[in-house]
Amino acid sequence: MLTLKNIAWSLPEKDQILNGIDLTVHTGKLTVVTGPNGGGKTSLAKLIAGLETPTAGHILLDGEDITALDMTQRAQKGIGYAFQQPVRFKGLTVRDLLELSAGGPLAHQKVCSILGQVGLCTQDYIDREVNASLSGGEIKRIEIATILARKNLRLSVFDEPEAGIDLWSFSGLIDAFQTLKEQTSAAMLIISHQERILEIADEIVVIANGKVRMAGPKEEVLPRLLADEKESRCPLNKEAACNE
Amino acid sequence: MNKITEDFLKIVSDWKGDFKGAFNIREDSQCVGRQSSEHIKITSKEDGPGLVIHIDPNTAGETVYIPACVTHSNVDDLVYNDFYVGENADVVIVAGCGVHADGEEDARHNGIHRFFLQKGSHVLYKEKHVASGSGTGLRRIDPITDIVLEEDAVMEMDTVQIKGVDRTTRKTTATLAARARLIIHERLMTDGEEQALTDFTVDLNGEDSGVDLISRSVAKGHSHQEYHSCIRGNNRCSGHSECDAILVGSGTVNAAPELFAGHIDAALIHEAAIGKIAGEQIVKLRTLGLTEEQAEEKIIEGFLKG
Repeated sequence: MLTLKNIAWSLPEKDQILNGIDLTVHTGKLTVVTGPNGGGKTSLAKLIAGLETPTAGHILLDGEDITALDMTQRAQKGIGYAFQQPVRFKGLTVRDLLELSAGGPLAHQKVCSILGQVGLCTQDYIDREVNASLSGGEIKRIEIATILARKNLRLSVFDEPEAGIDLWSFSGLIDAFQTLKEQTSAAMLIISHQERILEIADEIVVIANGKVRMAGPKEEVLPRLLADEKESRCPLNKEAACNE
Repeated sequence: MNKITEDFLKIVSDWKGDFKGAFNIREDSQCVGRQSSEHIKITSKEDGPGLVIHIDPNTAGETVYIPACVTHSNVDDLVYNDFYVGENADVVIVAGCGVHADGEEDARHNGIHRFFLQKGSHVLYKEKHVASGSGTGLRRIDPITDIVLEEDAVMEMDTVQIKGVDRTTRKTTATLAARARLIIHERLMTDGEEQALTDFTVDLNGEDSGVDLISRSVAKGHSHQEYHSCIRGNNRCSGHSECDAILVGSGTVNAAPELFAGHIDAALIHEAAIGKIAGEQIVKLRTLGLTEEQAEEKIIEGFLKG
């Protein structure tokens, strides 16, 4: 279980990006964080993965304070993080990246299973370099696969996994998350704007202007979000947030 | 054959106690082992140091090993090896080199290899260079490779400098006839005060000939690399050259690619990129649990492997 206590973060000499964030991501549950662009969602994900350090507050993983740990140490503790904009590597193949992720060699069958979950044919991709020859959608799926390859995950964080993925592949992606949710004993956190991802959530957290605007079980939060959208209201009490 | 040579052979020629098929092992300017096969004949040159290797037409599936080792300081080894590859032959040539220096004097191997590929033949040429020893003398390897490809011939050249070579000047020239293809993959690692100069000149003379030249290098420490390539499209042809270098520490690289289009239908492309390891690459691998040092090592390893 991941617990954020009163997390704040700001860039030097810039406005506050996140302020007073309290959040719990339960083990075995899928929490989806949503909200307007620029609201601080990706910053939150980076703070959890250790890419940034909060200016205030504490991050606890199963009760252990990991706030001071760097990104390597957090990964070793079992936190996986899929980038919104995946990184390309000249020379490293898909297999290389998956094995680095798994922490050792992977059997061909295992690679097949992982790539199959993200809709990629092993034969076509296993020896492909993770370089500029891959399309945005392909590299995004490989990025997700690096999380699926991780062993001993306690928390997986996916930052807008749907970005760059075409509609046809998106259905496969939903299935992959659904399967992962059913199979994993880890906590899952997905940052997303997609209704179909919100629909598979256990909990939904809405962040706008650096603050938690709404949080709770999907059954409570999603209808309110959809109602806001239907009535063309600024969702999530955004006007109030914008006026702050 | 001494122990240093044996150790080098394992690295540069995948030697596991013996070679199957044709081979010639050169140690400190002397031949310490030779064998021809039914289709590949190795003989000594009559007009100087070196070998003449004749590969019969239609020879297929054979590998010939021509490694050369220098195992102590104060050796300046010069060798001329000529490879004549018959029509439609399809072979692998392995020509690794190791240089060891423990003394104050330099140790050097200068291998001048000429390849004459007849029509429709195919050669995979593998060349690995490595050096060792703690002497103050420089370890030098200066290969010169001249390639002549007749119609429809294909040569793939996989050339690697692994480590320890203080100075190297690597010159490759090639002339291609119609529909001939040349594919060169160079991987180079320098460290400390090492210096490496690479020079490729390819003449695409035949219609629909083509070259693909890919160089990847890593310059660590205070090492310096010079890269020069010149592709001359003298007919309807295609040429592609790609030079990527990673800088680590105070390493420096000077890349000077050159393209000459001497025909309206010559299609020539060059790509080059020099820089340090992208920070985001390190970050990605760290989020997989690697330390910064491990991430850097894996990125370089992958880069040079590709």
